[in-house]
Amino acid sequence: MTDKPEISAIELKQLTFNYKASGWQLHIPALTLTKGQHLFIRGASGSGKTTLLNLLSGIARVQTGELYVHGLPMHQLSGGARDTLRAQQIGVVFQQLNLIPYLSVLDNTLLSSHFAGQNKADSLVRAKALLNRLGLPAALQQQKASALSVGQQQRVAIARALLPKPALLIADEPTSALDSENRDAFMRVMLAEADTNGCTVIFVSHDASLQQYFNYQLQMDQLAQGVQPC
Amino acid sequence: MLIKLARLSLWNRRGTVLMTWLSLTISIALLLGIEHLRTEAKSSFTSTVSGTDLIVGARSGQLNLLLYSVFRIGNATANISWPTYQRIIKHPQVQWAIPISLGDSHQGYRVMGTTAQYFEHFRYANTQALRFAEGKPFAAVYETVLGAQVAEKLGYTLGQQIELSHGVGAVSFSQHKGKPFTVVGILAATGTPVDQTVHVSLEAIEAIHLDWQQGAPVPGRQLTAEQTLAEDLTPGSITAFMLGLNSKMATFTVQRQINEFKREPLSAILPGVALAELWQMLSMVESMLLLISLLVLLAALIGMVTTLLASMKERQREMAILRAAGAHPWYLLVLIQMEVLLITLLSLLSGTLLLLLCLFCWQDTLAADYGLFISLNIVRSETLYGGLAVIALSGLLAVIPGALAYRRALADGLTVRV
Repeated sequence: MTDKPEISAIELKQLTFNYKASGWQLHIPALTLTKGQHLFIRGASGSGKTTLLNLLSGIARVQTGELYVHGLPMHQLSGGARDTLRAQQIGVVFQQLNLIPYLSVLDNTLLSSHFAGQNKADSLVRAKALLNRLGLPAALQQQKASALSVGQQQRVAIARALLPKPALLIADEPTSALDSENRDAFMRVMLAEADTNGCTVIFVSHDASLQQYFNYQLQMDQLAQGVQPC
Repeated sequence: MLIKLARLSLWNRRGTVLMTWLSLTISIALLLGIEHLRTEAKSSFTSTVSGTDLIVGARSGQLNLLLYSVFRIGNATANISWPTYQRIIKHPQVQWAIPISLGDSHQGYRVMGTTAQYFEHFRYANTQALRFAEGKPFAAVYETVLGAQVAEKLGYTLGQQIELSHGVGAVSFSQHKGKPFTVVGILAATGTPVDQTVHVSLEAIEAIHLDWQQGAPVPGRQLTAEQTLAEDLTPGSITAFMLGLNSKMATFTVQRQINEFKREPLSAILPGVALAELWQMLSMVESMLLLISLLVLLAALIGMVTTLLASMKERQREMAILRAAGAHPWYLLVLIQMEVLLITLLSLLSGTLLLLLCLFCWQDTLAADYGLFISLNIVRSETLYGGLAVIALSGLLAVIPGALAYRRALADGLTVRV
């Protein structure tokens, strides 16, 4: 532990998001995650998971309240600045179909560092190493993404999300298309790689059995009550 | 990366892209082709006569005179008497003169009476002289030189005997019977009305009309070809004549002097000016052609945008992935612009090649059958502007799917809603 107070990876204060159409409101009084913390958020569909992820990743604009990612005030940034912040500090992994089918595995991985504006040659070396560690050897790296199994595709998605060394990794039910064996392997490599990079993880799922991988857990309705992860 | 993405994305959708590319290729070839033909036709038209300083005929409008003397369309209002002709060509400024005598035909092709001066001094298309494909100029009275198309269409060869008809209709009821002409020369194709002309000497025109009066054979007076040769064959009148002057500077002076000629009402015209005026009258056709090809191009471009718009639906996932990886919405807009640019550039290239191929294959046919001399050199400033306009227009139209991608990217967020 250092003496300096750690910049929290993510900090929410009185965050609200109103749906104009339905009048439904997402309200989160407070949420703070320190660097390297892994949080599991469980919630049924319709509980506002997707909205939360859109807010955290900077796609949706914060209407009221404050949201800091890596110390940067996301709620004050313009759309373009949020895009840049996402490119550099936030990795995103979806349920499935994370990859552009006609690009090679390597190119898919390199997309994130391209958008983050990172050095090409350096990114290439790191991407190859990262893919190797995730069990995707050089032979697979030149293949088209569409030629891979779903389990392999999800691992490429992790590689892409982690390549620019983001402060935050957001995963939206990334294991829902995997069988139990693949799922366990996936969870282990994802969290291990996140730990190596000191990356904070926010993992959203309705599957309570995945809870075991996380030290911190929350339900969506708890979030709304302002419960802090512990 | 951007270009790689655009390229691979297009390759991934190569089926629809191929169709777009094909239709754009064809319409660009069409646009450039029409533009090329238009310019070529114009230059070929305005150079129907060249090197001639003045054309002189009986007093009439300049278009009328041009039409009957050069294009063999319509008829002269009156003739010029032989003494007048003789007097004018003695003008000190006159270098050469080509008399023209019209009024007869052969199978619908106009017969033109002239002198050997014609083959020597007549110039067309950038001062090109007439060239003989076969044979030589006429020397005797009953000899004729055919234009390229006349020989080609009627299948005439050297040594063949032909008879002329009185009047200019395709089907004539009054033939100049018993006075056959021998084909002694066939001219090379020129792409001008010369190709459709049967050339004989002025004396021949006189000879076949010796036993005629008031446009009909004189009853009871039938002369054989041999008998006519014994007569005086000095023409009484001619239809028009072309003049070459010693100095271009004198053109307007001589023109005025001829127009003010006291003994006979005459008109002298500058062929270049008259040709340009005539082309002006045809400019409506010209702009219509251009309009049609522009519409074809527009249709192809709209087709391209439609295909792109249709593909946007299936590419929503692709866009969401790019967004999630950190792409700005404008990056998607630029990506689509890049795709359109790639298709357009490729189509421009293939369209130009297609046009060149077509021109190369049909150049000879066009020259032989239509008298159209189309050069292979299609690179002109207009062509370049045309190409730039195509690129600009496609870029403009690509804003539609691009803006859609941009808007969707903002509205949909990271997940795709079905």
